Amino acid sequence: MTRIIEKRELVKDIHEMVLAAPLIAAKAQPGHFVLVMPEEKGERIPLTIADYDRDNGTITLIFMVVGTTTMKLSRLNASENLYALVGPLGHPSEIEDHGTVAMVAGGIGTAPIYPIARSLRERGNRVISIQGARREDLLFWTEQLASVSDEHIITTDDGSFGRKGLVSEPLKEILENDKEKRIGCVYAIGPAIMMKFCSLTTKPFGVKTITSLNSVMVDGTGMCGGCRVNVGGKTLFTCVDGPEFDGHLVDWDLLMDRQKIYLKEEKCSLDRYMEEVGGK
Amino acid sequence: MSGNEKKAKKEKKKIIPKKNPMPEQDPKVRRHNFEEVPYGYTPELAQKEAERCIMCKKPLCIDGCPVNIDIPGFIKMIAEGDYVGAARKIKEENCLPAICGRVCPQETQCEIVCTLAKKFEPVAIGRLERFAADYERDNNLIELPKKLPPNGRKIAVVGSGPAGLTVAGDLIVLGYEVTIYEAFHKPGGVLMYGIPEFRLPKKIVEEEVDYLKKLGVTLEFNQVIGKSITVDELLKDMGYNAVFIGVGAGLPSFLGIPGEELGGVYSANEYLTRSNLMKAFLFPEYDTPIVRGRTVCVVGGGNVAMDAARTALRLGAENVYIVYRRSRTELPAREEEIHHAEEEGIIFKLLTNPVEMYGDERGMVKRIKCQEMELGEPDESGRRRPVPKEGCYFTIDTDLVIIAIGGQANPLLTKSMQGLELNKWGNIVADENGRTSAERVWAGGDIVTGSATVIEAMGAGKKAAADIHKYLSDKEKQESVSWKVSN
Ligand SMILES: Cc1cc2nc3c(=O)[nH]c(=O)nc-3n(C[C@H](O)[C@H](O)[C@H](O)COP(=O)(O)OP(=O)(O)OC[C@H]3O[C@@H](n4cnc5c(N)ncnc54)[C@H](O)[C@@H]3O)c2cc1C
Ligand SMILES: Cc1cc2nc3c(=O)[nH]c(=O)nc-3n(C[C@H](O)[C@H](O)[C@H](O)COP(=O)(O)OP(=O)(O)OC[C@H]3O[C@@H](n4cnc5c(N)ncnc54)[C@H](O)[C@@H]3O)c2cc1C
Ligand code: SF4
Ligand code: SF4
Ligand code: FES
Repeated sequence: MTRIIEKRELVKDIHEMVLAAPLIAAKAQPGHFVLVMPEEKGERIPLTIADYDRDNGTITLIFMVVGTTTMKLSRLNASENLYALVGPLGHPSEIEDHGTVAMVAGGIGTAPIYPIARSLRERGNRVISIQGARREDLLFWTEQLASVSDEHIITTDDGSFGRKGLVSEPLKEILENDKEKRIGCVYAIGPAIMMKFCSLTTKPFGVKTITSLNSVMVDGTGMCGGCRVNVGGKTLFTCVDGPEFDGHLVDWDLLMDRQKIYLKEEKCSLDRYMEEVGGK
Repeated sequence: MSGNEKKAKKEKKKIIPKKNPMPEQDPKVRRHNFEEVPYGYTPELAQKEAERCIMCKKPLCIDGCPVNIDIPGFIKMIAEGDYVGAARKIKEENCLPAICGRVCPQETQCEIVCTLAKKFEPVAIGRLERFAADYERDNNLIELPKKLPPNGRKIAVVGSGPAGLTVAGDLIVLGYEVTIYEAFHKPGGVLMYGIPEFRLPKKIVEEEVDYLKKLGVTLEFNQVIGKSITVDELLKDMGYNAVFIGVGAGLPSFLGIPGEELGGVYSANEYLTRSNLMKAFLFPEYDTPIVRGRTVCVVGGGNVAMDAARTALRLGAENVYIVYRRSRTELPAREEEIHHAEEEGIIFKLLTNPVEMYGDERGMVKRIKCQEMELGEPDESGRRRPVPKEGCYFTIDTDLVIIAIGGQANPLLTKSMQGLELNKWGNIVADENGRTSAERVWAGGDIVTGSATVIEAMGAGKKAAADIHKYLSDKEKQESVSWKVSN
């Protein structure tokens, strides 16, 4: 059982949860994730550790409500308990000297991008962040991200805030204008489709592009092979070999297909749950 | 002729050639439910079966059992109607009899060497063991053994499979403080997430673990040792005097053929974990989903393949194929499991090897292409090597494929340690007492031997527990001696 210390809805359907997890907080590094089970009959889902406080022994998760498990999580409140929390899992991000890095966050991707950007900047890199959302009212943690960025660009699909358009557009311009090749690395984290297009954008420039894959998981320890992905023609397990991989080598279409394996069951499960709790 | 031998000779005449059958669910009914297949002996049947044992002077059966249970000893008690006494007798050597009585491959261990087996069917030792354990449990007659007073020493056990549970059970009664660290949210290892409900009800596993808890064993769930806490930290920062590693095998093998990444293609580990541990067979009451195929191909021929195939059947499949590249005689699964699978209508596609899988527009598997095989010369395992028949291919339309071709050692924990010797397959190197190359670290079970059996994992646990006790006791003696000398 893990105690929820704080819990709030940042913007519609995106929640922040602070958990008492001293052992995990002590070890957490940017890029690590945890597995969460809201209740005994629940599913195990991976969520990135968006922040950690070693002194207070807490970790912060940010999640978007997309199905039954995230819906169940969103209905838990401070002082209630999670049934299970496991971590930290996966390889942490490699924090190296790249000169300048471009950090591209799509939607919920802001949460995992933030601690990586912070560490890269502490390491002495110049950080350019590009944060995208569908609409203004879905933007969150803009100040946090700005506080660890030398440059911070915001895009919205509908132009309700910042630049109108997709995150890949400013990314392309920045790379085009980077005649001195200062940008040594690009991080792109968000929905698979966004990571795919960011990788396609950076490919012609030959800039190393790191993406964090969100495959369906069960154990998170390399035991089941359910999270397998194809990277550079090789089958790898996201939970133990990743979750970060070279975006230029990832088979994105396969990842997206594998994310849809349980579409029918997920709908059935959510409908059933919503009926049980009496709608929204 | 001595009186004894005369008596034995007389009794031999009365030998009943066949085992008393164990009542079980009708195959036509059970293929649609997850309830346990055999019901177990009634007291009358158990007594009748126990009377078949001729109480050999040199009971070979004992040597056949990896933990050397006093088999004639407990059988005699059953014959005399002292069922609880029998259960306690077994527990002197085996703390998980209800589990072993169900899943031990008796036919290659205790029963194969039974004196009766030379001419007749052996005594049904496993069924009797199960009966005694069930009787004791079902009648709430389980008693906690006497514990030695606390000796102030702490042991960390990593993994709650049969190896880890045994170490914990043996050391707690010797006065140690024992904590089990388990990566999952439930205990039992393969007993919980691998072996299905219809072969080993999870209630039994939970009750065995409760028994350990009552004895004072602490269980810490959701702790992946090597990630959340390292073995080094257990020993240096957390004050454990010794660590036992029983993390199992835990890394699935795939075939490495095109199409294996398609949706609806599972490793047996994933398929069984979803169904058993996460209870996907009760979806949507439980949240974890599982692909339910109409036509299912299970690749492999071991116990794991039989479990996966029989699970798929119970999840609503109409046709379930076991696709295996050798012939029936080489099937590595237990005869009983093959027999049960056949009774339930599983179809065996023998001398068949999958070469490619094809998907539909959604990326879900829809067809599997196989090649026919024939048996060639024996290989290093002594079994005849399967050789592909040139040009002989056929396809099976399928919507669920489960790969059950074994696995390897999971490196998650081992690679987090320094100075731990591994063999070329990544298994931990340990001596016969489970001692590893790392100081104060023991290991046993599948992580040492590769995939083996429940009872072998328990046997390894017993030896390690005894050795840990010896090591720490000797050390204490030495320390007190050196203390006296230096004073
Ligand atoms: C390493 C990693 C880190 C992640 N970090 C975050 C994060 O910080 N914040 C966040 O909001 N989301 C994160 N995700 C995605 C998150 O795990 C899914 O949104 C969540 O599992 C959805 O579960 P659900 O039951 O609410 O939705 P469902 O209705 O079950 O599924 C919706 C979609 O989520 C995905 N999904 C479903 N089950 C799983 C599962 N067991 N494991 C992984 N994906 C699944 C599928 O693509 C599915 O189509 C991360 C995923 C991975 C692999
Ligand atoms: C489907 C299936 C059917 C089988 N059927 C039979 C049968 O009928 N009869 C038989 O005798 N044998 C059978 N076996 C084999 C038998 O189950 C194993 O040999 C036995 O369980 C091995 O025991 P173990 O204690 O070594 O490991 P496991 O049972 O594998 O337990 C290991 C435990 O360690 C945990 N763990 C792993 N890594 C970590 C970590 N880093 N930190 C903390 N915990 C960790 C795991 O979650 C697990 O709970 C079967 C196996 C399978 C898969
Ligand atoms: S534990 Fe297994 S091998 Fe030993 S007597 Fe029981 S069934 Fe036979
Ligand atoms: S070998 Fe067979 S007959 Fe002899 S004591 Fe053992 S179980 Fe009984
Ligand atoms: S989640 Fe099971 S192997 Fe990665």
